[in-house]
Amino acid sequence: MIKYLRKVQPFLIPVVIAIFLVYPFLVGNYLIDAAFFFGIYALLGLSLNIVLGEVGLFDLGHAGFFAIGAYTTAILNTQLGLPVLLLLPISACSAALFAFLVTSPIIHLKGDYLCIVTIGVGEIVRLALINNPFDLTGGPNGIFGIDFPSLGPLRIDSSTGYYFLIWIVVGLSIIALVRLQNSRIGRAWNCIREDEIAAKAAGIDVRAYKLLAFVLGAALAGVAGNIYASKLMGVSPESFTFWESCLMFCIVLIGGMGSIPGVLIGAAAISLIPEIFRPFALFRLLVFGAVMIVMMMFRPGGIWPRRRGGVEFRSMLQRMIRRNG
Amino acid sequence: MAEPILATESLTMRFGGLSAVAEFDLQVHSGQISSLIGPNGAGKTTVFNVVTGIYRPTAGRVVFQGGEITRCKPHQIVKLGIARTFQNIRLFSNLTCLENVLAGQHSRGGSGLLGAVLRTPAQRSEEKRLLETAERRLRQIGLWEYRSELAKNIPYGSQRMLEIGRALACEPRLLILDEPSSGLNTKESEELMGFIRALIEEEAITVLLIEHDMNVVMGISDWVTVMDGGRKIAEGAPVDVYSNPLVIEAYLGREDEAEEESS
Repeated sequence: MIKYLRKVQPFLIPVVIAIFLVYPFLVGNYLIDAAFFFGIYALLGLSLNIVLGEVGLFDLGHAGFFAIGAYTTAILNTQLGLPVLLLLPISACSAALFAFLVTSPIIHLKGDYLCIVTIGVGEIVRLALINNPFDLTGGPNGIFGIDFPSLGPLRIDSSTGYYFLIWIVVGLSIIALVRLQNSRIGRAWNCIREDEIAAKAAGIDVRAYKLLAFVLGAALAGVAGNIYASKLMGVSPESFTFWESCLMFCIVLIGGMGSIPGVLIGAAAISLIPEIFRPFALFRLLVFGAVMIVMMMFRPGGIWPRRRGGVEFRSMLQRMIRRNG
Repeated sequence: MAEPILATESLTMRFGGLSAVAEFDLQVHSGQISSLIGPNGAGKTTVFNVVTGIYRPTAGRVVFQGGEITRCKPHQIVKLGIARTFQNIRLFSNLTCLENVLAGQHSRGGSGLLGAVLRTPAQRSEEKRLLETAERRLRQIGLWEYRSELAKNIPYGSQRMLEIGRALACEPRLLILDEPSSGLNTKESEELMGFIRALIEEEAITVLLIEHDMNVVMGISDWVTVMDGGRKIAEGAPVDVYSNPLVIEAYLGREDEAEEESS
């Protein structure tokens, strides 16, 4: 089936874009919102994929960066009245800065050790938010009353508007990330994932590239936080639990580490399937665990693992055209 | 003799109480093939790791092309012109052979995040240049046919060559090879010797190697340094070193010792 999908890929992209454009006018608000949350998870998956998929750094505290982005938007919008769209880059920067500060001292840790510290970082963020430092975060209740994003006459206040906002951001992120994958930076990341010492011997500044991955990943998670906060019109600490970090981790694992189509599939699996099986919500965790075990047994590389061997051809699309032509 | 391209000056490396390398002076002269030999545990690989910046020495200095590199980080040292291979091959197993060689070109590029995301003309021409060099190196080591194969899937001898290709793609002035012939059969290691010889003649590269295979060492080296117990015990042209009693002793033990054991 994957082979088949790969074969039709040149047609796949225009078809997907066409479906994307007409979709919100064909279905009701519930399904538009479901697609919105699919987009949020896709963006979070893409952001974690930089750290986990490209560089192989176990990060189980990614919800912390998501939270920093969301709270930056919430606080600056409700306290200072800054417009939400302006806060989008600001949230990205604040999450990136936070990532830089907290990961700088721990970036040399390997594998499981780094994983445990990132869990700690994520939990510290959540607990700090609950404890309401300087009366800024509103404690366990969070902050409510965030504006809609608006730019001049354009005001995003409907489900359809949010749907387009998130998917345009996801689309731009995918273009940027595919370009990064095929650049000196993306290759350096992959080398570090494969063998850190060999990467050093090949002249790669391992520490700098690991930090860059964390900073970029956090920035994207911060963008997701901004859009999420304004969509829900509020934020509270319970949206940023360890469980959310686990979900992001699963998105990357299910799809295939380092694979962008894989992340989209993983995000769809994580965000849409629970909606479909809502009547069985009680068993969600059980099914989830079973699926993960089966996945790891039969498809450890993910549903759509990244294929290598395309350096000669610049982009994924060109590669496909070449193969078909 | 001219200024050596690489010199270590009373290099000492202690791990806790263990002195792996003590007061070691190594000199590598430009345009030559120098070998570092010695029994297992003599400290050869430790010297390599210090020179390439993986370890920071306890004492002493490393000087490369007249500049001190003792405190440099590995990637800075690569950029200055020292590239290496490893005793137990370290490739990027799940990347293709071309990507492996391309990785060596990393330090010869400088494009950053914005260049990559916006795909600026400067970034594109740099990518083209890096790719062309990598392709040339891949052809040079004779692995062009494997360009799209994953590094882990190619034969062992080819993996060794690929690692050398990656090091060459760093555009080094000094190439450091840690036991390049280990695991190779006689024919393969002869080919390798020929390759290294040709390299020295065609390009302005100096080679320093650690080797166990005496045939390789004697056949290829211009200069041999012998280590034992972290110290230098002899150096000179291969023939002189080969007949040096201290060297024979280090490798085979003393003659009277052997007699005592047998009696």
